[in-house]
Amino acid sequence: MGETVTFRVHRYKQGDAAPHQDTFQVETEPRTTVLDALTAIRRTQDPSLTLRHSCFHASCGTCAMKVNGREVLACVTNVRELGTAEVVVEPLENAPLVSDLVVEMAPFFARYNAIDRPLVRESELVPGAQRAPGVERALRYEDCIECGICVSVCPIAGTDPDYLGPAALAAADRVREEPRGRDLPFVLSLADDPHGVWRCHAAFECTEACPSNVDPAGHIMQLRRALIGGRLRRLFAPRAEVGR
Amino acid sequence: MTVVHRSPAPHVVIVGGGGTGGALALDLALRGLRVTLVERGEITSGTTGRHHGLLHSGARYAVNDPESAAECIQENQLLRRVAPGSFEENDGLFVGLDEEDMAYGEKLFAACGETGIPARWLSAAEALRLEPNLNPALKGAIQVPDATFDAMRLPLRWFATAKAHGALIQPFCEVTSLIVHDKCVTGVRGRDHRTERDFEISADIVVNASGPWAEKVAAMAGVDVPIQPSPGVLLALRGRFCNMVINRMHKSGDGDIVVPQRALSIVGTSSWIVDDPDDLGVPEDHVQKMYEEGAKLIPAVRSAPFRQAWSAARPLIGSRGAATGRELSRTFKCFDHMERDGVEGFVTISGGKGTTARAMAETTADVVCRKLGVDAPCRTRDTVLLPHTAYYTA
Repeated sequence: MGETVTFRVHRYKQGDAAPHQDTFQVETEPRTTVLDALTAIRRTQDPSLTLRHSCFHASCGTCAMKVNGREVLACVTNVRELGTAEVVVEPLENAPLVSDLVVEMAPFFARYNAIDRPLVRESELVPGAQRAPGVERALRYEDCIECGICVSVCPIAGTDPDYLGPAALAAADRVREEPRGRDLPFVLSLADDPHGVWRCHAAFECTEACPSNVDPAGHIMQLRRALIGGRLRRLFAPRAEVGR
Repeated sequence: MTVVHRSPAPHVVIVGGGGTGGALALDLALRGLRVTLVERGEITSGTTGRHHGLLHSGARYAVNDPESAAECIQENQLLRRVAPGSFEENDGLFVGLDEEDMAYGEKLFAACGETGIPARWLSAAEALRLEPNLNPALKGAIQVPDATFDAMRLPLRWFATAKAHGALIQPFCEVTSLIVHDKCVTGVRGRDHRTERDFEISADIVVNASGPWAEKVAAMAGVDVPIQPSPGVLLALRGRFCNMVINRMHKSGDGDIVVPQRALSIVGTSSWIVDDPDDLGVPEDHVQKMYEEGAKLIPAVRSAPFRQAWSAARPLIGSRGAATGRELSRTFKCFDHMERDGVEGFVTISGGKGTTARAMAETTADVVCRKLGVDAPCRTRDTVLLPHTAYYTA
């Protein structure tokens, strides 16, 4: 059953002149994921390897990284299904490097937190279901798992450090769809900015790569339509309503 | 003129960045202590992040372990107050599939009443109206206040709030030895894997909050704690088949729960014993068992698209050795190694579960404060937590 796969892993420690790659041989089974392989490397070959992980089932978003050049969650990336004799593992792009495969998520969350979209949304019930007595609203977590993949693949995020980015803009559109007590005009003002929705070039890389079906590009387009609609309404509104 | 030199607050080093360590860092920081938490990897990368996300009502333990059940319902209600917006608050059902289940259900219902867990019988027809994907052959169900929480994001709120109160959280810092002088632990030594430089941190007390790794950390102080890592397999399927947490109405067994979470359904769990909590594996027969048993509750489980199967190691407290430590509950234990082993400055907290992490931290902080002569009440029962995202930006 065992099959040996070569892993080339991005290495960097603070103070190093430059990153390099280390090569490891890992014994794999049919279920082995890239995350399993990396934790096995840490256990049996190099305890200094740093990486982020938590849930092991695509719910927490911490193990986002580049595998063979593509952004994925390592926990749901099966090694054998990659079909390559060598697996290259690198950290996410468009985020400051901490060490090895770990990137600093603070800039991501600084933008994301500005939008302040609630974690839980009022859910559509399972089809045909009724709400249970005593349960006021059926609740469900938002789909976004804050992994940073959409920002890593975004061609704009790579060139405009002030761009709000797909995750935050998708969150802004979720506030528009379901404000849940948030300050919607303020959130829309953040999105309606040269570094907001108007900066997106509609490459749709984010939607393509999102492991949680958030469709950030779709949300950005919806947000643009809503903002344009709002402007047109103001343009044709009676003067008194416009104020000033 | 007299100058009063206020000596700095005592310093506590916590080894282990799981939910317990995070809640403890907050508890101690709120009581005015200086806190440094060191974790080998990313925080919540051990057992904490890997469970199914059930916020226990306590009903699962009501029949056989009422003390634990009472702890769960208390924390269940308390956490909803201090961590608003963190839960899918859709309640849970215990579903009876045969007469044996229904007989257990009678005991369960009575035990819920005795332990203060709100519970309500539903007929099979009523249960199917709430959850149309349940096995249509069900005989009846009991509704209880179970909920879903995000196994990483709820603990992150403790870490975020602890940081905001001055606690220093150091991920990727692996403890390699404890500094011990004359049977007294005075600090930790280790390596920061972000820089590959060694560190040494002195402490008035070191708390071992390393879950299933607790035995390894305790051994660095020359003491033995009876922790038995016991993994279970969990299965994540794409799609939500229920809104409520669905439990089998019988005593704990393999594959007896389906937890809806975000766009996934989690089926859990099994149980076995390992020596090394870093080497768990995912036994194929356990995965198949999750499909089989889960499908008895919700038939759609059998053909649902696979997302992932994984294992998580519970830190069970074994019975080996003379457990003369301060036994604080049947479900978790805080060992003051001075009382138990004659080693000063060293405390181990282990056992327990995600739902009771805050209570574990409170109990441990009480022990730490008593040892340090600090007179400060616990404040984590009513301190509303910062959002999880503040962990990254605080």
